[in-house]
Amino acid sequence: MEASPPPAPPSFRSSEPPPGLITVLDGTTLRIRLHGRIDRATCSDILPRVSACFRVTPFETIEIDFSETTRFDDYGVLVLLEIRRYAHRLGKPLSFVHVAEEVSKILELTGFDRMIERSGIDKPSPPNVLVRLGAFVIECFQNAGTVVSFLGNLMLLFLYVLRHPASLRYDDTVLYMRTTGVDALPIVGLISFLLGLIMAFMSSLQLAQFGANVFVASLVALAMVSELGPIMTAIVIAGRSGSAYAAEIANMGISEEIDALKTMGFDPVLFLGIPRMVAAMLMIPILTLFSDIFAIAGGLLVGVTMLDLTPVTYMSQTLKSLRLFDVVWGMLKSGVFAFLISWIGCLRGFQARGGASAVGHAATSSVVTSIFLIILFDSIFAVVRSYL
Amino acid sequence: MSVSPMQKTTPIIQVDRLSAGYGDTLILDGVSFSVFPGEIFIILGGSGCGKSTLLRHIIGLEIPRHGTIHIDGEPIPSEDGTVSSAVLQKIGVLFQSSGLIGSMTLAENVALPIRQYLHLQERSIRDMVSLKLRMVDLEGYEHHLPSQLSGGMKKRAGLARALALNPKILFLDEPSAGLDPITSAGIDRLILRINESMGTTMVIVTHELESIMTLAQRVIMLDKAARGIIAEGDPHRLKIESEHPIVRQFFHRQAGSETR
Repeated sequence: MEASPPPAPPSFRSSEPPPGLITVLDGTTLRIRLHGRIDRATCSDILPRVSACFRVTPFETIEIDFSETTRFDDYGVLVLLEIRRYAHRLGKPLSFVHVAEEVSKILELTGFDRMIERSGIDKPSPPNVLVRLGAFVIECFQNAGTVVSFLGNLMLLFLYVLRHPASLRYDDTVLYMRTTGVDALPIVGLISFLLGLIMAFMSSLQLAQFGANVFVASLVALAMVSELGPIMTAIVIAGRSGSAYAAEIANMGISEEIDALKTMGFDPVLFLGIPRMVAAMLMIPILTLFSDIFAIAGGLLVGVTMLDLTPVTYMSQTLKSLRLFDVVWGMLKSGVFAFLISWIGCLRGFQARGGASAVGHAATSSVVTSIFLIILFDSIFAVVRSYL
Repeated sequence: MSVSPMQKTTPIIQVDRLSAGYGDTLILDGVSFSVFPGEIFIILGGSGCGKSTLLRHIIGLEIPRHGTIHIDGEPIPSEDGTVSSAVLQKIGVLFQSSGLIGSMTLAENVALPIRQYLHLQERSIRDMVSLKLRMVDLEGYEHHLPSQLSGGMKKRAGLARALALNPKILFLDEPSAGLDPITSAGIDRLILRINESMGTTMVIVTHELESIMTLAQRVIMLDKAARGIIAEGDPHRLKIESEHPIVRQFFHRQAGSETR
């Protein structure tokens, strides 16, 4: 296989005199000779020297002479732009002489003649405070509209799935049950165990002064089962699975998978959102139950090893303090938190637009919003319980 | 026999007995060719024949199993397994999906290599970005994010970034893939203009026949079964003169056997 000759690259003179600007005053004309290489390699040295060319006075016109230019590229155009800025500032006309063909080509390619004096890439000035405040309020309302509309859609589809169980994607639901529930058990268990341990230890410091060590068991059990168990589990799952829901769906949106589902006649929320929601609502209450058990085990360890309680005493005090209502109340709360986590995770995923950064933004936003809503709803539950 | 100008010129890219693959799969085996300064060189072939793999090896993103690659006399990769900063400044790459950083505006994307390698004042950088975007007809889109652009505009923006340092060699991976014929022809014209005005050597990976016939001064054709080059030369001559069945099928758009 023999290759044919390639075309010769644009030619410049082979001699390479040192680059620079040579200024000559010819009558009333300031002649600036571009000498040697005026290109990427030399422009950073030449640009700071442009101002010195205009110290010669007086002159009426400026002429740029390319006769001694051996190499010129679009970085050379930067030098011309700088010269033209000075010429405009002084109000003097500018012309080019001895323009080689290579230079013409570069000037044409870069559209030098069409360049406006002010570069167009300065950042636009930000709007004033009032405009920004207005835009923020409008955005908040629009966002609230989207959130409520998505919530309505999710609820309707959930009811639809209850009436038509065959429409639920069982394989996906089981997969999400595993990733949201089973895979999260070790971390939820460990955190709850340590939390129970810390609570028991801290409370014992106070209760031991009154000889009320045994009430450490009551404190740990009540605090964990009705408050901290559901809230800690929900926060861990919001960070672990809620963000994953958002990131997965956002990525699918960016890679047009959601559009593909739509064109094939699937409802993307039913296809992607409902299995996640069902999985979360089934698994998070169960995880909460495990969290309660692990926390009580943590408290038991402190009680037995540091407070001279027997395991039987500790457990009987725990069971005496707890009512079935407390356990059910905690699981009911965690069911609501599960709904919030899956709702926000899916919503942020579906809202994502743009590139890779949108995926990160969706994940972060889902965690922040979920945790806020979990705390908000926990407060509402606390108020409601005070009336029960 | 007279010596052709090419034979007198030192190649700017020299690939010698390159073997490449992923895992247990050998995709290219003993590929050798040269690219000369200022030419538009096209790597063509059917899907899965290793065009993009070859390109990734030449630009140093993959390490060859065997063989050597030299750009402007320097080995790719160098002994420490990296590509030197000097070589990186000599090459510009337009990726198939443009490779623009999604969180940055077009101006910021184009300014990236300029800020990295040149010590210019902020005003000069802005001017240069403006010039580069003007070159690719994207004036006025400086503050747009890549996600706000069409496919053709993304390609042109990627081209502006690849051109930021006036590289000696421009590598373009499927520059007109997925574009309409008008946009595609526009990209081809732009490539020709840049080659003509700036003398940039172009190495293009494509299987778009129209682009091949418009742009290429010399091509190599890769084949999946041969794991290497099955034809080399002027595409117009290959189209008429080649006796190789796959080359004929390719240039005459004839269906071939998928089971090859």
